[in-house]
Amino acid sequence: MKLGRVIGTLVPAIVYDGLGGVPLLWVQPTDSLGRDRGAPMVCADGTRMAGPGETVYWEASREAALTLDPSYVPVDHAVVGIVDTLRDDEETT
Amino acid sequence: MILGRVRGCLTSTIHHPAMDGRRLLVVERLGPDGEPLDDSLIAVDLAGTGAGETVIVLDEGNGARQLLGEADLPVRSVVVGVVDEIDSAL
Repeated sequence: MKLGRVIGTLVPAIVYDGLGGVPLLWVQPTDSLGRDRGAPMVCADGTRMAGPGETVYWEASREAALTLDPSYVPVDHAVVGIVDTLRDDEETT
Repeated sequence: MILGRVRGCLTSTIHHPAMDGRRLLVVERLGPDGEPLDDSLIAVDLAGTGAGETVIVLDEGNGARQLLGEADLPVRSVVVGVVDEIDSAL
């Protein structure tokens, strides 16, 4: 899993069967200090509760679809959880 | 598997139900010289590790599900070992 920051939400016009009602988020990958890393991507929201500005952790590849029910859906990035606290013990060094 | 160093941990209240009770660590990858690369990941801790420790991280879904005992676990990265010493041939 990797860290990211939700920078937006998407409203799809047409979705594949099984993806109806699944929120889609625009997520900027970040490192543990919150610095941007790489290009933003679209994630399905496995928590269904994440929103813009929140720090989340997300999974890629086949495991991403396992956050959803049904899980046999064409999803390759999904938010698994919303970060409450992130303790980086090397932040102060 | 990946060689990494634990930077810290994270907590999360709202998450996929399969993540209940799992300890999550921030792990940065190490390069061939043992120094951290600018690349970190979040892994489930199975080895009872803490910040500063050098660890082995499994980064593959089937193995992770086998270790954590859930068929539909949306997790790929698991800390599976702690490294005492690395003998580098470089």
